[in-house]
Amino acid sequence: MPDIRKVIIIGSGPAGLTAAIYSARASLHPLVIEGEPSSTSDQPGGQLMLTTEVENYPGFPDGIMGPELMMSFRAQAERFGAEFITEKATRVDLSSRPFGVWIGDREFRAEAVIVSTGATSLMLGLEDETRLLGHGLSTCATCDGFFFRGQEIAVVGGGDSALEEALFLTKFASKLTLIHRRDELRASRIMQDRARANEKIEFLWDTVVEGLLGDSKLEGAVVRNVKTGAVTTLPVTGLFVAIGHRPNTDLFKGQLDMEDNGYLVTRPDSSFTNVEGVFACGDVQDHTYRQAITAAGSGCMAAIDAERWLAAHGVH
Amino acid sequence: MSQLIANVSDSTFDETVAGSAEPVVVDFWAEWCGPCKMIAPILEEIATEHAGKIRVVKLNVDDNPDVARRFDVMSIPTLIVFKDGRPQKRLIGAKGKGQLLQELTEFM
Repeated sequence: MPDIRKVIIIGSGPAGLTAAIYSARASLHPLVIEGEPSSTSDQPGGQLMLTTEVENYPGFPDGIMGPELMMSFRAQAERFGAEFITEKATRVDLSSRPFGVWIGDREFRAEAVIVSTGATSLMLGLEDETRLLGHGLSTCATCDGFFFRGQEIAVVGGGDSALEEALFLTKFASKLTLIHRRDELRASRIMQDRARANEKIEFLWDTVVEGLLGDSKLEGAVVRNVKTGAVTTLPVTGLFVAIGHRPNTDLFKGQLDMEDNGYLVTRPDSSFTNVEGVFACGDVQDHTYRQAITAAGSGCMAAIDAERWLAAHGVH
Repeated sequence: MSQLIANVSDSTFDETVAGSAEPVVVDFWAEWCGPCKMIAPILEEIATEHAGKIRVVKLNVDDNPDVARRFDVMSIPTLIVFKDGRPQKRLIGAKGKGQLLQELTEFM
């Protein structure tokens, strides 16, 4: 039988790390299964690891770099004794307590589990995607923007992340086309104003990407106007995709209640899931706000909920 | 930083990589790349644990654009494995230790 932990936290973005800070300070010695490196947002630190300047996190009047902010969260949790494993949980058993969490064939047990696995960026779902990923097609503007200096590139999407990427990429690109499937943006006013004021950005409305051209390097995108049906080729050497997110909940299918879109259901005004002793926080249960600060806030709620639940069940 | 992982530059790249008896993994990275920072400690572990079988070196693409361009690096982190100075395998994007070891095992 493996050691029985008080708390295991799965995932390490703002929600998971805040839950780690709070539960570590409450002497619950949390084990954080933080995930493993990737070039998508499904990695230790989460979505902020792929961003540059974060301007809206309170306490940083001059802004802070996303990765730096997450490293600080982590250091703060470590300072109070949180333990980290830089791997991905591969299986959970939430049907009986203590709950089981596995990394491959290594088994961990805990009285309470906090789920903060976040969300991963959606890809276009095109056949050529795998072949051209890293050869012009990118999931990480901050990693790859540099390689497109003086080139014509495009961003797909219409939300805040898409505009943030677009604005960042204009530092390098000679021209940037923002491809959006509707004729209005979902992004916040301030981001829209900035994008419209940027003379390198051109908008391609009511348009979807249907194919990618190029054998070993991206040479263009085949785009279709959804209103007229007209198909054209956009000659770009770089294409950055920011069309939304999918919650990382595959691990919990059949065990935790989910909405139709896969997001975990939590009891209103709390972090309680349908399984007693399992708590959820951050983007894995939030498709409305999806901010670092709301994720952190819900991580704090999950830690407090877990602490009180453990105390009520005689675990201190 | 680990003493096992040397930095190579545009001017030292050929000599280091072609002159190595062991296969060389070149880590193309930059300061501003979050995922690059996440795999750096993993590469150090691999270099330490498999010293003598495989070498790991780092190339900062900001300071050394020529080598990055020569090997068509358009995304970082990119790892390219060289044997006798010739590229054998390319791994694009950050990966966990298990997956990296699995990809590198044929060279060790």
